[in-house]
Amino acid sequence: MHIPDGFLDARTAVTAGILAAAGLGIALRQARTHLPQRRVPLLGITAAFVFAAQMVNFPVAGGTSGHLIGAVLAAVLLGPSAGVVVISAVLIVQCLMFADGGISALGANILNMGVLGVVGGWAIYDLVSRAVRGLFGRILAAGFAAWCSTMIAAVACAGELAVSGTVGWSVVLPAMAGVHALIGVGEGLITALVLAAIARVRPELVQPEAGTSSRVSLRVTMAYGAVVTVTLALFASPLASRWPDGLDRTAEVLGFSRQAAAPMLAAPIPGYVMPGIQATALAISIAAIAGTGVAFVLAWLLACALVPRSSREHAAEPGAEP
Amino acid sequence: MRHDFLDRFSRLDSPIHRLPPALKLGASLALVLTVVLVPPARPAALVGLAVVLAVVAVLSRIPVLFLVGRLILLEPVVLGVASLGLLQPGGWRTFLFLVVRSTLCLGIMVLLSNTTPFSDLLHVLTAARVPVLVVTTLSLMDRYEFVLVDEAGRMKRARASRIFTSRRVRSWQTLATVVSQLFIRSSERAERIYAAMCARGWR
Repeated sequence: MHIPDGFLDARTAVTAGILAAAGLGIALRQARTHLPQRRVPLLGITAAFVFAAQMVNFPVAGGTSGHLIGAVLAAVLLGPSAGVVVISAVLIVQCLMFADGGISALGANILNMGVLGVVGGWAIYDLVSRAVRGLFGRILAAGFAAWCSTMIAAVACAGELAVSGTVGWSVVLPAMAGVHALIGVGEGLITALVLAAIARVRPELVQPEAGTSSRVSLRVTMAYGAVVTVTLALFASPLASRWPDGLDRTAEVLGFSRQAAAPMLAAPIPGYVMPGIQATALAISIAAIAGTGVAFVLAWLLACALVPRSSREHAAEPGAEP
Repeated sequence: MRHDFLDRFSRLDSPIHRLPPALKLGASLALVLTVVLVPPARPAALVGLAVVLAVVAVLSRIPVLFLVGRLILLEPVVLGVASLGLLQPGGWRTFLFLVVRSTLCLGIMVLLSNTTPFSDLLHVLTAARVPVLVVTTLSLMDRYEFVLVDEAGRMKRARASRIFTSRRVRSWQTLATVVSQLFIRSSERAERIYAAMCARGWR
């Protein structure tokens, strides 16, 4: 979901850039005060690791393949602030060296995947892993958080495209959300599998106490929360659909006089927008809740498969590799 | 793996390559912004910008086939997002305009990355007061990404030479083990790098 150049208007690109700078600024500030000196090189190496891991292709049915995105994995292994820095570095290199993701959309991309993806994913991971204890809880939390993180980034991306007037909400939201609900399942599966494999060999790397920076103070949490809230209010508020008309009018006033995009798209995932319910906002909410529920159940089943009840006590068994 | 598979021609010698990197980064950013701000009503302006790009490409002596190949490689992302425009009324014009505009921007960025080594861009970022932690992370990433991609390749080769069949269900688990091993080796490497950096008087 790297947005290329040319799809965002100036207003959206600048707003997203400011929010991304705020998020990255909080992360850097926290890293400067809380990150031990010896872990500084680990950020660069982990960024290189994410880059390399994205080149490992996982086969999907029909000859296609998916790959790890890594936002939640980085957040779980290094803590949220270091995770934000790592994923942002990956995005900057992809933009400047590979032209993957536009330079005028760099702020939006960092905001979606680097800030919202990492911070949102980590918040969900933290909540779930507090509620369900042990390695089982952490694998479940990571798998579920990875799905949520992908969806948050996709919805924010859809919001930015829609607010820019490039594509209408009714087209872009079902398309992005539908496709990324599937991509998110792959991401959750890979994240959980990788964490389980790391826990088998080096359990201390997955412990909550491993990174001193994984403890986040209330002030930092509130600062992150403010960035996430403002972003969602600006770019995802049509989701709540209270003032979609207001948004359209703003677009008209600002000069994007386009034909009203009729909701003509049957969602690619037919179940995504519940048929038969007229109010789209209600349908979207129900679909979102149902999708999240399914993702949680899948993560639970996956965690059950990966951490058998018998071996939940001695998670620290020696590595599978000879 | 060739360490320069991303920016293969960034170290050629040409009038464009000899320009100061700060100027190239600034000019690219300005060009991209110009392209992005061209209103849909005046597509002729895009033709002018395309001519400018073509002149720069010829001056830079980068093989044309390489540039075209790189653009084709990146085009699916653009087409994917732009095709969403087809789903609304009168979408053809939007679609064409978006594709042309984004392709021009891609051209600018591909030219930038192939006329300017990444380490030079990092110097520009340092001079522009980008926080030290970001530059350190970026430069370590630049240094080690190819090392780790190579390492992942070696691990996949080792796995392929030791197993006879790969059932689809198991292959995900095996690949996840490869990725997890890659992380463990990376974090061990980071400790060694830190020791080496300290030994050479870092900070």
